[in-house]
Amino acid sequence: MKEFFRRTKKSFPADQSSEQAQIPDDLWVKCSSCRELIYRKELNDNLKVCPKCGHHMRMSAREWIGLLDVGSFSETDAHLLPTDPLGFVTPDEAYADKLKKSQHRTGLADAVLAGVGSIDGLWMALAVGDFAFMGSSMGSVYGEKMSRAAERGAELGIPLLTINTSGGARQQEGVIALMQMAKVTMALSRLAEARQPHIAILVDPCYGGVTASYPSVADVIIAEPGANIGFAGKRLIEQIMRQKLPAGFQTSEFMLNHGMIDMVTPRGELRDVLARLLQHYRRQSPPMEEGDDGMEATDATPIYVHGRV
Amino acid sequence: MDQLDTPHVPVELTPWDRVQLARHPQRPHSLDYIFALCEDFVELHGDRRFGDDAAIVGGMASFGNRTVMVIGHQKGNDTRENMKRNFGMPHPEGYRKAQRLMRHAEKFGIPVLCFVDTPAADPNKESEERGQGNAIAESIQLMTVLKTPIVVTVIGEGGSGGALALSVGDRILMQENSIYSVASPEATASILWRDAARAPDAARALKLTAQDLYALEIIDEIIPEVPGGAHTDRLATMATVGKRIAAHLEDVCALDLEILMRQRYDKYRRIGHYEEQQSFAGRGFL
Repeated sequence: MKEFFRRTKKSFPADQSSEQAQIPDDLWVKCSSCRELIYRKELNDNLKVCPKCGHHMRMSAREWIGLLDVGSFSETDAHLLPTDPLGFVTPDEAYADKLKKSQHRTGLADAVLAGVGSIDGLWMALAVGDFAFMGSSMGSVYGEKMSRAAERGAELGIPLLTINTSGGARQQEGVIALMQMAKVTMALSRLAEARQPHIAILVDPCYGGVTASYPSVADVIIAEPGANIGFAGKRLIEQIMRQKLPAGFQTSEFMLNHGMIDMVTPRGELRDVLARLLQHYRRQSPPMEEGDDGMEATDATPIYVHGRV
Repeated sequence: MDQLDTPHVPVELTPWDRVQLARHPQRPHSLDYIFALCEDFVELHGDRRFGDDAAIVGGMASFGNRTVMVIGHQKGNDTRENMKRNFGMPHPEGYRKAQRLMRHAEKFGIPVLCFVDTPAADPNKESEERGQGNAIAESIQLMTVLKTPIVVTVIGEGGSGGALALSVGDRILMQENSIYSVASPEATASILWRDAARAPDAARALKLTAQDLYALEIIDEIIPEVPGGAHTDRLATMATVGKRIAAHLEDVCALDLEILMRQRYDKYRRIGHYEEQQSFAGRGFL
């Protein structure tokens, strides 16, 4: 039975629409953890997990699309572009310029890639952060795309999968960025009303306003091995609070041990775990009747008497 | 500018000046407002999970002819009290206490009044172990769907997620010299330029004053303060704040719950500035 869910080929094929797919890469890559030289093709075939030490390297949002069934992904809201609502200018940097630079460098409009796709034929709304774009910080476009993804899930009656990596709220959008935490959470209430699950995957690194909002209240929270996940940054805790931090502090395993996440799952097993979860939800969530708020069902249920089923 | 007129023109406060006023040690704190504006306050303690955090206070009280659940960040008035209150920086158990009180309010149909006054959520090792991110996220989530009116007043510092966790509501009011920011000016200066000393620059760039937030349509009203700041005339301050909260509370309590919830959804859902174009590639930077 297990074979049924397993993919035949253990790889995330690069999305054909990816800009990077057309750029020839260097043949060899150095693992940032064990410093071994790895043949790039071997690394990519291994989902960017170091074959020598198991270190999970960062993936771009486009690369994450390979998690889905081949060809199933269609992008949505690609036309949302960031603006500079505060006119954030300081002596050495203007936000508007920084945005342009980041767009040129990454080929992305902003940090989140959103769309719809499937795993083992089970459809879901998807939103993925890209750390290469200003540390995947949460500004207006990030918030809007996440919110629309949640609402799309609710509307279509499909689950929401978010893949989260972020340095936190985008400072250059000030309190508007902070409010995106509330906005995305608000939109997720629609998904909950539609009784569709939100599954959040936390990848390295995930901090600040993102950790302190929607992924931390997901129905299922999955983290990649060794990812750094926390609210306050380590530098802040060590330098301002003057506390010594133990090895392994704020890692996925730390979060699991403290009861904050459901599981730590290696990248190669993600598809399998997601497919199994999605099967469960599909089996258990019948479409709701008009006007059903979920309460009447409880009232109508006969009282259960122990021993007499 | 005409130099001769200078003495008669009210002094223009810079954002950094307002940061100082918002943090003024003599500025009234949540319990001052609770005792001045409410009667029969019964403080409720503890999160029923781990502990009781003195950085957040809350309980039931009479406000006018209504029973309300008041919840606020609490700073100390002196060093000793500040040690006890952790300078108004809540631990996860503080937010979980607040959540408990909010559910309590929802259960008994009591509206919630929040007072916001925190530099930030506590950032120490123990708070991380107990899930600070989760505690804040759960507070935000609860307030988005809490089926009872919520009126929030920022009375001092609205610091980051630590403030947001008590300030998702149907009305957000800010005192004239209070601030509300994505991060403290020091933290922003440190994140962007690795130099906390440039906080005054950050304070200007962040648009964190009540006037800025009103212009950005994030808050509903600016509550005026006496010229020297809230701490220079406590009686007048309390009277004004009480009147404005009462007006907004009556307003939201008169709404049908379904309409209230829909308005709250729309209030937050529309926040954000972006351009929507038919073609991203047409922009020309690819």
